[in-house]
Amino acid sequence: MWRDASLVAGRDLRVEARSRVTINQVAPFALLVLILFAFALDPDGPVLERATPGLYWITVLFSALLAIARSAAVDEADGVRDALRLSALDPAGVFVGKALAVAAELAALEALLGLGVIILYGADPAALGLLGGTCLTATVAVASTGTLYGALVSGLRVRETLLPLLLLPVLAPVLIAATRAFEAALGGVPADGWPWCGLLAAFAVLYSVAGALAYGTLLEGS
Amino acid sequence: MTATTPAGTSSGTTTPTSTDPSGTRTGRGAPGSVGPSHTGSAATRVLGLLALAAVGLLVLYGLVISPADREMADSVRIMYVHVPSATYLYVGCFITSLASGLWLWKRTPGWDALGETGAEVALVFSFVTLLTGSLWGRPTWGTYWVWDARLTSTAVLTALLIGYLALRRLDLDPDARSTRAAVLGLLLVPNVLVVNRSVEWWRSIHQDSTLVKLDPTIEGDMLVALMVGFLALGLVFTWLMVHRFRVAWLEQQADRVDLDAALRERRAEAKGQVAPPAAPDRFDTSDPSGPDVDEKVTPA
Amino acid sequence: MEPAVHLRDAVALLGRFPALAGIDLDVRRGEIVLLRGPNGAGKTTVLRVCAGLVPVVRGVATVLGHDLRRDVRPVRRRVGLLGHATGLFDDLTVADNVTFWGRAYRAGDADIAAALDLVGLSTRLRDVPVARLSAGQRRRTSLACLLARRPELWLLDEPHAGLDHDARDLLDGLARQAVDQGATVVMSSHELERAEALADRVVELDGGMAGQTLHEVPHVA
Repeated sequence: MWRDASLVAGRDLRVEARSRVTINQVAPFALLVLILFAFALDPDGPVLERATPGLYWITVLFSALLAIARSAAVDEADGVRDALRLSALDPAGVFVGKALAVAAELAALEALLGLGVIILYGADPAALGLLGGTCLTATVAVASTGTLYGALVSGLRVRETLLPLLLLPVLAPVLIAATRAFEAALGGVPADGWPWCGLLAAFAVLYSVAGALAYGTLLEGS
Repeated sequence: MTATTPAGTSSGTTTPTSTDPSGTRTGRGAPGSVGPSHTGSAATRVLGLLALAAVGLLVLYGLVISPADREMADSVRIMYVHVPSATYLYVGCFITSLASGLWLWKRTPGWDALGETGAEVALVFSFVTLLTGSLWGRPTWGTYWVWDARLTSTAVLTALLIGYLALRRLDLDPDARSTRAAVLGLLLVPNVLVVNRSVEWWRSIHQDSTLVKLDPTIEGDMLVALMVGFLALGLVFTWLMVHRFRVAWLEQQADRVDLDAALRERRAEAKGQVAPPAAPDRFDTSDPSGPDVDEKVTPA
Repeated sequence: MEPAVHLRDAVALLGRFPALAGIDLDVRRGEIVLLRGPNGAGKTTVLRVCAGLVPVVRGVATVLGHDLRRDVRPVRRRVGLLGHATGLFDDLTVADNVTFWGRAYRAGDADIAAALDLVGLSTRLRDVPVARLSAGQRRRTSLACLLARRPELWLLDEPHAGLDHDARDLLDGLARQAVDQGATVVMSSHELERAEALADRVVELDGGMAGQTLHEVPHVA
């Protein structure tokens, strides 16, 4: 399964490398959202600073929607689904590979947004261990959940509107947990943040397993 | 026989007949092949009357007999509806998840219909929960919405249910649609659990987690009122489930195509150069679906 | 040796529609069989059934010795399907595509490299993204993906469509070569003259059923 996963991850990342959509479009979009938040909330007052963790993760979630839609679109190409079914690839491996590729893209985006938040909002990074752990677990959580739900809506005409509707409520706990963890890291008590990180890890495990198990059924049955 | 019974009589519940190729799993009684004009039956009429009676009793107890609470005054009466409503919301979600899992395992259409039913009825109860919670908040806090744990997770759960029902309504090959909906439905309960846990935890940092608390020392007429609330809403829940399930079941039946009729039509498309197999194997017992109709197909 | 394809009164559904309404088909190993018939007769479905992509709900269906009604997965590894769709990733190059699919089909690197040579795509084209290729070149790339896995059963759905004269000759040659090495070919085509010249046998389809073999086509050695 891992061999298949790395084959598929390599393919998805290669598609990204050649088309450069994430770099050219999703990243600027993400930074733009950060800037828009500054317009909406007065950057001179304390509101923006206090809201930084939440705004950061909301931006990550919205960008993730785009990245996941792109990832799902790769396998919607003409005849690809049939070819995948005919291949010897383990569907669980395909799932893991796609999720890993999305996770890699999200991780890069999060690093970029982290810089953005430091520069634009004046955030002061501290408790880097907690920040890193949160980013890691949240990224895996979002990537695995998103890949599964991307498969749920793949090939549908309405997938652009249905994906956010399905995915965002499911990711609400991720938003809650990641924001609380960041709040604890930036100016709060870091020890408070680690339990939230644990919740994110559990979430990530749940959806990684669920996705690996369900992907085959979705590939065949729809 | 059921086929000749007028649909309007009260003996409309029948056991599935042998012409039903799908193999129903329902114990609630599926109509026979003719198709009734409504989903009522003797059982549901009794059920409906009981539900009405129970609701009446609830109104009596809730508004009149039970006393006002020491702290919350009259607004505690909302609890008699709010708490059961939230409970049945979760029951509906659980039914959907269970039915989804069973459909993926057995692939019997009844489970698919049950999954849809559970989610729709759960959605109704989620609105009731949100509404009653909101109504409770107004006299107590002065606002129509509070971000307490139960209301917030119910709001997210409402979004999850709406999403599930949106997926169900897609214009897609029925089997593909059912598969996707089943996977989504199976994830419903885990999603609900995770959302509840995280929201509760989050709100408990700042305040008491639940707005309308179930005081464990509740007793006397207030306890009775609450029990009546559970009973009344339980009956309403069951009544809604039965009717909605039958509608879903009938919808599926209407969609079903008699395979042999379809085969006949399909073969009729042949323009003469091709004839059906000379010795059709009508005794293929390896296929469990469908009746063994002795087909007489004349070559075009 | 068991036949490559054995269908008896097979019924296959696409959704609720019976695309195959009780079809009989026998293909011996090493044969080239052409499926002929009007649009909507079920030719594509027969090919997809043999690939294990469409389930058979009634009748008997055995491909390469595997009972399709029990489990389709073993069959999929041993067949190659060239359909209307390309099955290619537009953003990736020709070489990327063939390599990915080759590895997905567990083909060896040597076979993958050979496949690219066999379809006659020049080396400079191999690093071009598929999106920029012509339809004929894309077909050749899809063919390369099929060749890499060296299937025992070739399922070709209107393979000549979109190919120029040279490419068609190339395809015919490759099919013949594969058959000489023990493969079997089942194809559908509207290019009747060329296809009948290639085929050993022609089967007429209509209304989801197959008729008698119309005629045997003698080999011109």
